[in-house]
Amino acid sequence: MLIDSGSPGGVGTIGITLTINGERRELQVAPWTTLLDLLRERLDLTGTKKGCDHGQCGACTVLVNGTRINSCLTLAVMKDGAEITTVEGLAGLAHREGTNSLHPIQEAFVEHDAFQCGYCTPGQLCSSVGMMNEGHAKTRDEIREAMSGNICRCGAYTNIVDAIEDVMQQGGAR
Amino acid sequence: MNRFDYVRPSTVAEAVQALGSDPAARFIAGGTNLIDLMKYDVERPGKLIDITRLPLDKIEERDGGLRIGALVTNAALAYDARIRERYPLLADAILAGASAQLRNAASTGGNLLQRTRCYYFYDTATPCNKREPGTGCSAIGGVDRIHAILGTSEHCIATHPSDMCVALAALEATVRVSGPQGDRAIPFAEFHRLPGDDPAKDTNLAPGEIIVSVDLPARGFAGHHTYLKLRDRLSYAFALVSVAAALELDGRTIRTARLALGGVAHKPWRNTDAEALLQGRPATRESFKAAADLVLREAKPQSTNGFKIELARRAIVRGLEQAAAGTPQSQSDKRIQ
Ligand SMILES: Cc1cc2nc3c(=O)[nH]c(=O)nc-3n(C[C@H](O)[C@H](O)[C@H](O)COP(=O)(O)OP(=O)(O)OC[C@H]3O[C@@H](n4cnc5c(N)ncnc54)[C@H](O)[C@@H]3O)c2cc1C
Ligand code: SF4
Ligand code: FES
Ligand code: FES
Repeated sequence: MLIDSGSPGGVGTIGITLTINGERRELQVAPWTTLLDLLRERLDLTGTKKGCDHGQCGACTVLVNGTRINSCLTLAVMKDGAEITTVEGLAGLAHREGTNSLHPIQEAFVEHDAFQCGYCTPGQLCSSVGMMNEGHAKTRDEIREAMSGNICRCGAYTNIVDAIEDVMQQGGAR
Repeated sequence: MNRFDYVRPSTVAEAVQALGSDPAARFIAGGTNLIDLMKYDVERPGKLIDITRLPLDKIEERDGGLRIGALVTNAALAYDARIRERYPLLADAILAGASAQLRNAASTGGNLLQRTRCYYFYDTATPCNKREPGTGCSAIGGVDRIHAILGTSEHCIATHPSDMCVALAALEATVRVSGPQGDRAIPFAEFHRLPGDDPAKDTNLAPGEIIVSVDLPARGFAGHHTYLKLRDRLSYAFALVSVAAALELDGRTIRTARLALGGVAHKPWRNTDAEALLQGRPATRESFKAAADLVLREAKPQSTNGFKIELARRAIVRGLEQAAAGTPQSQSDKRIQ
């Protein structure tokens, strides 16, 4: 099926469906809206941060169908039909019953003091879960490399890796 | 970002038709390069053709080698069991590049067609022959630390930034494309081009063509290979110099050598004379130094990137030593053995 935004030069919006943190949403979006801007500016899901807006920091990391990507470098229309998980939805991922508790990686970040200002943290959390879903990183070196797409200006890296190792030893995320 | 039309074809033929002869239309795959450039107004497409739903996301056996669909993500490719086992050089080169998030989004075709990271190319306030032909090259005599030392022209000294392509050059991949004139196959060495007097053109892809697949021949050099990438920070940074080295050995004698460099030229830099020189020689440091000297004989420094010549020389020697020893560079433990 060919989906078309309308006649050349005409600026139409496009209807898409996204399941965001478990909730199905029908949305009309302009094609130039990034997934990050849609989440933050339209849907008030401001947990996901805009650091650089150019793929260079990882603050905007979200899970798309369980895979971590930079939401600043993708257009919302391109993700039509996808399941998106943001930091707001991580707890729900781990506890589908709807308890108020945190995702194990969130608990581990608190436990290990894995942040200072917290700006990079939502991206770090989503990236950690994505990394554990991928299942390639096993050693500390491999975790560091696999998390290198998330810059932390406060330099909380050591504790972030501690937190991730802790959760991996407990059997990982979901 | 400018306003544009958006279409989402579901077949290659529809995609080619949607592109047509419209010079302002662009395909978009992972978007990790194109959207970045659109945010800087370097790219201002009138129409985006979203090719992510085309059926080009498979890796298939073919003629003893593998056919990699243009939409296979960099991550899926690097972690594919067949690639890891038979073409570990390619897996390593991919894992040396970008970040896990970017590799999850980036596609095979998009990686080949990513543009240079030259600062002036990105800055629309400065002259740049690649972005705006005829305006001049701001990098020559400007901030040129990351720029090329081989194959430059007086019109452009940019480098091609890909790591994956350096391995594909060494492995002699073939790029399969489809267009209004039909299908054709382009040997990897002829896919990217040198700047010459037309730096706006990065590749020999013709207008209207789409990359369909990248084909790997049977020889994978799985026994003796390395991807050694040197950069300003150990992860998540582009190469200053990188080396893809692959050898086939008879005892300690080199039967076949493949050598390609990244970060030094407008295209992945392969020197077949240096490969021929290694053939039949013992796999020793002396042989490797002779090959490195040959590769860099024509190297030309710009104002501040002269260090790259010595860096490349040493990287070639070290890379060939790693390959000969069968101890490829780890992409997570960053110590260089
Ligand atoms: C912060 C950052 C760091 C990075 N670091 C590295 C690094 O260290 N090493 C490295 O190698 N790369 C690096 N990259 C670049 C990354 O690898 C590329 O952006 C990516 O491979 C591009 O693929 P894509 O599918 O996202 O391309 P897109 O952005 O979708 O497209 C790029 C171009 O290719 C065209 N195109 C895409 N697919 C096709 C097709 N099938 N046929 C014809 N045309 C097509 C598009 O029209 C566009 O012009 C980095 C990127 C960022 C943002
Ligand atoms: S090196 Fe090439 S890309 Fe950079 S400013 Fe000069 S012409 Fe432009
Ligand atoms: S905001 Fe997306 S990577 Fe920095
Ligand atoms: S906690 Fe401040 S940037 Fe990471």
